[in-house]
Amino acid sequence: MKAAEARVRLVDYGMGNLRSVMNVCEYLGAPCAIAKEPKALDEATHVILPGVGSFAEGMRQLNDRRWTPKLRAIFAEDSKPILGICLGMQLLASEGTEGGVCEGLGLILGRIVHLPGETLRVPHMGWNEVRVGAVNEAFRPENEGDYYFVHSYYFDAQSAEDVWGVTEYGIRFASVVGRRRVLGVQFHPEKSHGLGVLLMKRFLGMSGEARC
Amino acid sequence: MLKKRVIPVLFLKNGLIVRSQGFVDFREFGNPIDRLRRLNDWQADELIYIDITREGEHNLKRDDHKIKRMQSTLEILGAISRECFMPLTFGGRIRDFREAADYIAGGADKVIINTESYRHPELIARVAGHFGRQCMVVGIDVKRVDGRPVVFIDQGREAVRETPAEWARSAEASGAGEIFLNSIDRDGAANGFDLEIIEEVAAAVNIPVIACGGAGTFDDMAEVMQQTQASAVAAGNIFNFTENAYRRSKRELSELGLPVKPLASPVPAMS
Repeated sequence: MKAAEARVRLVDYGMGNLRSVMNVCEYLGAPCAIAKEPKALDEATHVILPGVGSFAEGMRQLNDRRWTPKLRAIFAEDSKPILGICLGMQLLASEGTEGGVCEGLGLILGRIVHLPGETLRVPHMGWNEVRVGAVNEAFRPENEGDYYFVHSYYFDAQSAEDVWGVTEYGIRFASVVGRRRVLGVQFHPEKSHGLGVLLMKRFLGMSGEARC
Repeated sequence: MLKKRVIPVLFLKNGLIVRSQGFVDFREFGNPIDRLRRLNDWQADELIYIDITREGEHNLKRDDHKIKRMQSTLEILGAISRECFMPLTFGGRIRDFREAADYIAGGADKVIINTESYRHPELIARVAGHFGRQCMVVGIDVKRVDGRPVVFIDQGREAVRETPAEWARSAEASGAGEIFLNSIDRDGAANGFDLEIIEEVAAAVNIPVIACGGAGTFDDMAEVMQQTQASAVAAGNIFNFTENAYRRSKRELSELGLPVKPLASPVPAMS
């Protein structure tokens, strides 16, 4: 799919700044808008779930604004690609532990847990390498390199098949997770210069259906 | 492995980039957006903008001037974030939650708050609570007085009681996600970083520390990476006045075997 044919919708659930993600989509020539309500995702070809903040608060907002059933339905139908960034990636998990144990979207099986803080500086902040994990279509060898991270919790995935990219910070953790057309990245592609833009371009190139 | 960051700092005064020395001598020299485009081409690890315009400096109608200044800094930020896909940190004269929120809404990933975070530590907790602690950088300016490191607030005008390490620890406890540590003595002096103070502060906290003030050569930056636990080195003048300095810093630091992000591939063209 060409970027110009995409209709990107960013899920606005009150967690963090959507502007910088939009800037990259616009830079790539992909028409992009903020979705204020779940219905707005019907016309989308691509859905992005950004976000910064705590897991429990993020889920509370997704539930209160009725995003949860909508995102689960899109995943169940496998109708369009979804990209979760940072907190948005973590919310794809079955369960979070930040701000109390809390059920996640459950699109990708796993648990969000704290990085080992005894020996490492937390948050894990700055540029770190991402390598391909399980072979997949979205994160390939040409995407390997340094990306910008800022996080204190990580995605402990249940199945190695869903771990599409890995990073080392004291432990080896899943920095890219994926299943079908759902992709989650712990780092910020919108803040990672050329490699980040390349990955966004890959995501926008995945096919998606819109109901208009 | 996590890289040590190399961060160019741009000091803004009345919407222009200035050279800073000892916190007192400023010379204007450039348009912030042009400067930024170049740093974007170099794929800088991160950018820090610090507004050092002083309160009521040239206008008795302070409120009018304040509004104009905020708008112009926000305009700069907006222009930058549309084309620079890298982390942006803004600081300088942030007095309250609303101003911090304006910068973040305008595209800043992090804000540095110095004086007001000391005077009102609850501001740290409020910004961190609302935007996450990774957004909240506490700025600490240090100057040696009779050889002892003393923290100063209000752009170097007021000394405080706590040592740099004590204040850093207390800022971390209040919710700071990072410390931006600047040396007033070394500012613009290009005679090397104050490694002792940097290590003292970095050892006192478990959050990342950005060391600023004193970079005269790339070896000075290497020393910070080799001899202290700082997570990043930041510098202004060396990057702003030396041809190709950012690229050269990366090349030289990596030749010394230091973990820095390599100069990466360019941003893919628009489709």
